[in-house]
Formats: sequence, C-alpha cells, structure tokens
Amino acid sequence: MMSGPGGAAAGAGGGGARNGAGAEWGGFEDNMQGGGSAVIDMENMDDTSGSSFEDMGEMHQRMKEEDVDAEAAAADEEDGEFLGMKGFKGQLGRQVADQMWQAGKRQASKAFSLYANIDILRPYFDVEPIQVRNRLLESMIPMKMINFPQKIAGELYGPLMLVFTLVAILLHGMKTSDTIIREGTLMGTAIGTCFGYWLGVSSFIYFLAYLCNAQITMVQMLSLLGYGLFGHCITLFVTYNIHFHSLFYIFWLVIGGLSTLRMVAVLVSRTVGHTQRLILCGTLAALHMLFLLYLHFAYHKVVEGILDTLEGPNVPPFQRVARDIPVVASAVLNITAKAIALTL
Amino acid sequence: MRDLKAVGKKFVHVMYPKKSSALLRDWDLWGPLVLCVSLALMLQGGSADSKEDGGPQFAEVFVIIWFGAVVITLNSKLLGGTISFFQSLCVLGYCVLPLTVAMLVCRLVLLASSGTVSFIVRLVVVMAMFGWSTLASTAFLADSQPPNRKALVVYPIFLFYFVISWMILTFTPQ
Repeated sequence: MMSGPGGAAAGAGGGGARNGAGAEWGGFEDNMQGGGSAVIDMENMDDTSGSSFEDMGEMHQRMKEEDVDAEAAAADEEDGEFLGMKGFKGQLGRQVADQMWQAGKRQASKAFSLYANIDILRPYFDVEPIQVRNRLLESMIPMKMINFPQKIAGELYGPLMLVFTLVAILLHGMKTSDTIIREGTLMGTAIGTCFGYWLGVSSFIYFLAYLCNAQITMVQMLSLLGYGLFGHCITLFVTYNIHFHSLFYIFWLVIGGLSTLRMVAVLVSRTVGHTQRLILCGTLAALHMLFLLYLHFAYHKVVEGILDTLEGPNVPPFQRVARDIPVVASAVLNITAKAIALTL
Repeated sequence: MRDLKAVGKKFVHVMYPKKSSALLRDWDLWGPLVLCVSLALMLQGGSADSKEDGGPQFAEVFVIIWFGAVVITLNSKLLGGTISFFQSLCVLGYCVLPLTVAMLVCRLVLLASSGTVSFIVRLVVVMAMFGWSTLASTAFLADSQPPNRKALVVYPIFLFYFVISWMILTFTPQ
C-alpha cells in the first residue's frame, strides 16, 4: 500500500502526487501480480522505476525466489544462443533491476541518516517563548559578577531567528537606499553577510578561547554571539528608517556597547589571566562594534544631489531619499534647497 | 484531471482557511511549484539595472521560497512538531497564493500609474494579503505544535512571508 509518510521518508518526492489516492491505482497492482515469470517486463520497469520502494521490495523478493529456481536452470544452459533473445534479455533485466534496487536502498538509507542528524540538533531547540524573551532582554544587560563563571544557555533557536531577522532588516535597508549589487544578488549578499558573521566570528572567537584557556563550548559561543546580534537588529531597524547620522552614532555606542559589554563580561568571567582576558575580549569587542558600523555604512548611499546643493551654517543632517519618491518631488526638493542656500 | 482537481481544491482551502485536514492528508507539490514559478516570473526585471539583473531575479525568488520553506519546516520539526516534512512544505507553498494574487494586483496598478496613490494602494493590498497568508498557514501548521510553543513556530512564518511581501512591494518595472 502506498502511504504518504512512508513515501516522504524515503525521499521519493516525484511520487508525491500519487500518494493520496492509493485506491485509484489498482491497475498498477494488477500489472505486478499478473507477471509470475522469471523475465522482468522492461516496459513495466520504465513506468514504475523509482516511484515506490515498497514495490521494488516486492519485486526484489520475487526475484530472490525466482533466482533459486533460475540458478538451477541456468546451470544446465551453458550455451546462451539456444535461448535466443528472450533469455539474454531476462538476465540483463534482472541485473538492471537489482542495481536499481541497490541504488534506491542506498539513497533511502542516506535520507534516513540525514533525518537522524536532525535529531542531534533537537535538544538545542528545546525552549519556551518566555525563555526566549527573557534571554533577549538579558542580552542587553551586562552583569557585574565576573568572579564566578556566568551561565550561558546553549540554545540555537533564538540566535537563528535573530540572524534571519537581521537578514530581513538588511534587505529592507538595501532596497530603500538604492544599493546596486553587481556580482550576485541582494538576498545572497544579505544572507552571506549575516550567516558569515555569526558562524565565522563564533568559530574564530572559539579558537581564540581555546588558545586562551577559556571555558566555553562552541554551542555556547554561537548562542552568545547570536543573542548579541539583538542590539544590532534594534539599531539597524531604527536607523534604516530614521536617517540621522548623530542618532546612529548614539545608538552605536549605547546599544552596541551594552550588548558588547554583556558578551565581554561573560567571557571575562570564564577566563583566567589578564593577558588572555584582554586578547579575547578586545577581539570580540572590536569585531562586534565594527560589524555594526560596517552594516550601517556599506549598505547606505547618501544621495549626491542634496550634498551638492546644501551649504552654509544651517545644514540639516544628511538625508537619504527612498526609491519610491517620484522624480518631480525630488526636483522640487532640489530647487527649494538651492533657493534656501542662495538666500543664506 | 484528477491531479488538477486536487490542486484546485487545495487552492480553495487556502482562500477560505478552515480547520480541514485535506491540505495535510494528500500533500502534493504541484501547486507550490506553479505559484513559485509564476511569482518569480512576475518579479523579474524589476531592479535598477534591468539589463544586468534579469537573470538572477528568477533564481533569487525561487531559492528564497524553497530555502525559506525548508528552514521553517526544519524549525517546526525541531521544536517538536508532529507534521511531516513534505506536508509542511505543501502548506507553506500553497499559502503563497494570496501573495501571488497581490503581485498580480500590484502589476496591474503599476500599469495604470506609479505615483504616491498607487503606492498606498499597493501597500494596503500587499499588507492585507500578507496577513491572509500568515493566518492561513498558521491555521494549518500551528495545530501540530505543543500549545505553549505556537509563537515560536509562527514567528519564522511571519518573517518568511514578510520578506516575500517586501519583494513584491518594492517591485518597480522598467
């Protein structure tokens, strides 16, 4: 019987359309039961190849039973010419079917082992929403206690969601600031940047922690850095929409600084020795703050026209023009700005 | 013909999301494929440098939808969901239908005019369809989760449809 979950587990996506209506495919079963001979019908093979592993299993079973009989018969027939084409095709057909069955079985076991690998990650996703919320808020609060190793939750759901949120915010910023990416796509760049930072810097700091004898595991490092991106998300979300340079610098120092301080405090509490603490925490602080700076400036473009026309002491902060403003409005803006500059 | 009817029935289920298990029981990926391809085709050629970026647009949308759906499915399974891999893919793919309708409407509105009024109209339409997509997919998927973790599963779905809605809203044809 063909069934949905069974087909899914074996990875036979192509047969998905037929899974829900097993009863209507009675004709298929008739074909299988009709042929009781040792010769595999090649036309039927083409129709059913790869569609259902259970049917291949049935065929294989039948082939095994027939093999016992056929081996006794084949032992007598040394000369294949007397059998003619039918005999030759029979052996070839059996070999091909056998190979296909083996290949299919290998694929199915590979798919099963991939599924088992997902279970390895399961304990890291065992969280409640209230825990995630608490950890998000705690990531902005540096703890003063650095004499005892502070607890880090080894959880991957929060960091993963934060990285994806950062990707979405980055996309928003890139689109509204008219960023043109020559090699590659906007989405690819955003995903590559955020995941590259999270995984790459985590690994690098973990390597440094190994050198400096800090007590931290890879999952804990991933978790710590992931939650540290919460500050980045807030800062970028606000400053991509309200475009003031000074506001960005304040946010960079305050919010970026708070989340960096928290990560630094956790690492300091888990490291012994002044030099080691300095190396580890200095590197992390520098990378974290510089990343926020990079994200802000690399994906923004100051509109050239307004820079040219505005001079004088009453200069408003740099403005960025969203893509959707029609040409007429920006021309009016430029003319007004020029008029103001002339009268000053 | 039987397959077409099954696909059509699922489209109707998405537009009127009731607690029926038809979408889940007989999953298929025809509908999501058709929706994904049509959305990707409509989103093509909508960047600043259209002569250079015509190619990647299609692949970009395709990859985002399928990669995003796979990630959400893995996430919901890791959080202890009882739904199978392809069932979840099926639901997420079919719930892209309201957004495809929104894309169609946006293209028609952009044919007429491209000023502030059309932007507001497009914004309203896209936001409404985004809400509809998210509600439809949570109606099907959230039931398979333990009750106190529904928010954890809904958030990635929200993010996924938000990214697609954002791509639709910022589309400007050349």
